[in-house]
Amino acid sequence: MATAIPRQRRVTMADALRQVREDAGSYKGIWSWIATVDHKRIGVMYGLTSFFFFLVGGLEALLIRLQLARPEQDFLSADQYNRIFTMHGTTMVFLVVMPMSAAFFNLLLPLMIGARDVAFPRLNAFSFWVFFLGGIFLNISFFTGGNFLKGDLGAPDGGWFGYAPLTLNRFSSGHGIDYWMIGLNVLGIASLAGGFNFVVTILNMRAPGMTLFRMPVFVWMTLVTSLLIVFAMPVIAVALFEVSFDRLFDANFFNVAKGGTPLLWQHMFWLFGHPEVYILILPAMGIVSEVLPTFARKPLFGYPFVVFSGVAIGFMSWGVWAHHMYTTGLGSVANSAFGITTIMIAVPTGVKIFNWMATLWGGSISFKTPLYFSVGFIAMFTIGGLTGVTHSIVPSDYQQQDTYYIVAHFHQVLFGGAIFGLFAGVYYWFPKFTGRMMHEGLGKLHFWLMLIGFNLTFQPMMILGLMGMPRRIQSYPKDYGWDLWNMMATVGAFTIAASLIVFMYNVVKSLRSGEIAGDDPWDGRTLEWTIPSPPPPYNFAEIPQVHSLDDFWHRKYTEDANGMPVLREAAVVEHAAPAEHGDGHGIHMPSPSYFPLIAALGFPFIGFGLIYQMALVPVGLLLIIVGLYGWVLEPATEDLTA
Amino acid sequence: MAHAATIAHPETNTGLDNRKLAMWLFLGSECLFFGSFIAAYLLYRDRSTTGPYAKDLYDIPFTSVSSFVLLMSSLSMVLALSAIQRGDLRAMRVWLLCTSFLGMLFLGGQVFEFTQFYREGLTLHTNMFGTTFFVLTGFHGAHVTVGVLILMSLFGMSTQGKLKEGDAIAVELAGLYWHFVDIVWIIIFTLVYLVQ
Repeated sequence: MATAIPRQRRVTMADALRQVREDAGSYKGIWSWIATVDHKRIGVMYGLTSFFFFLVGGLEALLIRLQLARPEQDFLSADQYNRIFTMHGTTMVFLVVMPMSAAFFNLLLPLMIGARDVAFPRLNAFSFWVFFLGGIFLNISFFTGGNFLKGDLGAPDGGWFGYAPLTLNRFSSGHGIDYWMIGLNVLGIASLAGGFNFVVTILNMRAPGMTLFRMPVFVWMTLVTSLLIVFAMPVIAVALFEVSFDRLFDANFFNVAKGGTPLLWQHMFWLFGHPEVYILILPAMGIVSEVLPTFARKPLFGYPFVVFSGVAIGFMSWGVWAHHMYTTGLGSVANSAFGITTIMIAVPTGVKIFNWMATLWGGSISFKTPLYFSVGFIAMFTIGGLTGVTHSIVPSDYQQQDTYYIVAHFHQVLFGGAIFGLFAGVYYWFPKFTGRMMHEGLGKLHFWLMLIGFNLTFQPMMILGLMGMPRRIQSYPKDYGWDLWNMMATVGAFTIAASLIVFMYNVVKSLRSGEIAGDDPWDGRTLEWTIPSPPPPYNFAEIPQVHSLDDFWHRKYTEDANGMPVLREAAVVEHAAPAEHGDGHGIHMPSPSYFPLIAALGFPFIGFGLIYQMALVPVGLLLIIVGLYGWVLEPATEDLTA
Repeated sequence: MAHAATIAHPETNTGLDNRKLAMWLFLGSECLFFGSFIAAYLLYRDRSTTGPYAKDLYDIPFTSVSSFVLLMSSLSMVLALSAIQRGDLRAMRVWLLCTSFLGMLFLGGQVFEFTQFYREGLTLHTNMFGTTFFVLTGFHGAHVTVGVLILMSLFGMSTQGKLKEGDAIAVELAGLYWHFVDIVWIIIFTLVYLVQ
């Protein structure tokens, strides 16, 4: 397919462009990644980018912990501290956990439902590029938002919650908040594009026989998460637009002097913010629900209950937002109502926890790293969930509001929950997408270091919070009895950092010299294990026919009289999976395309334009329009094997 | 976009075209978008501390006429879709042009109204009414503008032979979006202009 440029001719621009296009089509080289529309490659790019931001956000966390290690320190100025904790929160929520979950959606969703790609491959590429550029845009504010050469950081300083009117010009001069509002709206577009894509893929692209209740739990959780994204993102978009209008065009949405109210921001932010919490945790719950049955060698206990609990959480997450706002004076009726819903949402969550434990109960457990992380997830998430239920008790919450107890609680859920779950997924599916196993010993070392570091960091914060230490403070006085606990938390944070170094070393080492994985290293249950590792571009040489939940397991095993699994005869297994190793000849895959990237490039132009020079806004709009026109008018598919 | 899904998977599980399902999801998302702006408008309705107030500015007969224009554009949109479904591309082009013309007429009315309000002293900064009114109706106007661009693009594609008889789905998607924007206007007209 690729034709070399003839030596004797001078290389013209047109030749160079042709070469670039052919590289893109050839599934090799850098251009093939930039123009890719393959869900697996987009998933890998999502994963790498979000891991990079994980390191950035982690570095910010270390700076925070260094500043707070001892009382009355001046390692960071109050101003720098505000900017760094704002960017830490914003990065971890919008640039780490959400896109890392999106990485798993991208990698696994089509494989698990037996499809060759997502419903809209180019929209998927667009989603990634918008996220990538939005993340860079947000972080570039460190250098461009203030006077960096004079030593000022320019990053936003309003907290990840961005409470208006603190974010208005009067209280936050400089451009940091502008970057924050525009950056988050750009990231919202990326999430929405992904959300539409995943919902349509799940509802419309399932293999024959893959009914909704034969879908893996991970796919169900992806569906719920994507629907939450579809309906929650517009709410935060409107809130961000309102602040943007106040800052850039002198509107009054949060101008108290003219009759605006800060409560509007809080309602809208948390109406988005609480579904967002479940957007962050449900994917990890899905991952754990896949890992546990594989390593317990038992079906997931109570599959329909786990699925319906996830759906119930999705619905109920819309009715609990005001538990973030008890102290704003909503009145006792509203506070009681939201207290009750907060108790109620713990029920489906508890159902899941019990189902996971029952899955392990009586299983012949294989103690591999993904299982360690999954069990770590259950234990840490349970503590996080229980501390969450304490917020339903309004008078007690009055005391906890804005203390380190809250910080400890949500890290317990988002780190102990989401991040542990996501790492379980990394260890579990790494062999599928690289073809090599990760090193078990190093994996377990990573797990133990992270678990110890995590608890050393966040359990002291629970105590600090109950002792009354407020969050968001740059320093604290001596003699409050907070010194020891803060020092412990700092040591814990560095332990987590050490565990990540082990992880990165493991990834590099395993990529180079890891054991060859084969198609099905864990004796898996779902369709992705039926195809080669790494999967070919077209995933399935022949679209599978699905007959039951955990279809692949049933192709491999039958049951004896006691319900114990018995391996089917090799001939039967061979017969059950006849076509997965074909050569993929004649399969039409979507062509690579640059237009999603061109359209995505418009957004930073609009962002910089709104902040510095309005003339850039039309340039950005033009790029988007050119990208979309090219996208609509180019042919979508080529023959991969031509 | 036009062919990607159909080649890889000729049939979908739900029987709904992928693009149509995505459009419905997008419109569902838009409901929350406009819902939030409308909620902000209603919250701030009686909180303006200085004039000019809504009751001093609204010209209900004028806005009723421009609302009627937008409603009629939904009718011509339906006729455009029905034309391409019959295979009558010429009639489709006529109705697409008609729809975008009515859309532009509505936008012209909005520009006129904004100018009028501005002359009478209402800006984004004047009071809560100015802030919420301009931003809400402005975002709606931006949606209508995008709709007009889509309709004109469909018209342009069909004159160049890139929109053929089998592509009724493209017009249908544009139509879904257009009707949605109309419905949002009915809600805005009722809640913002009529209920006071």
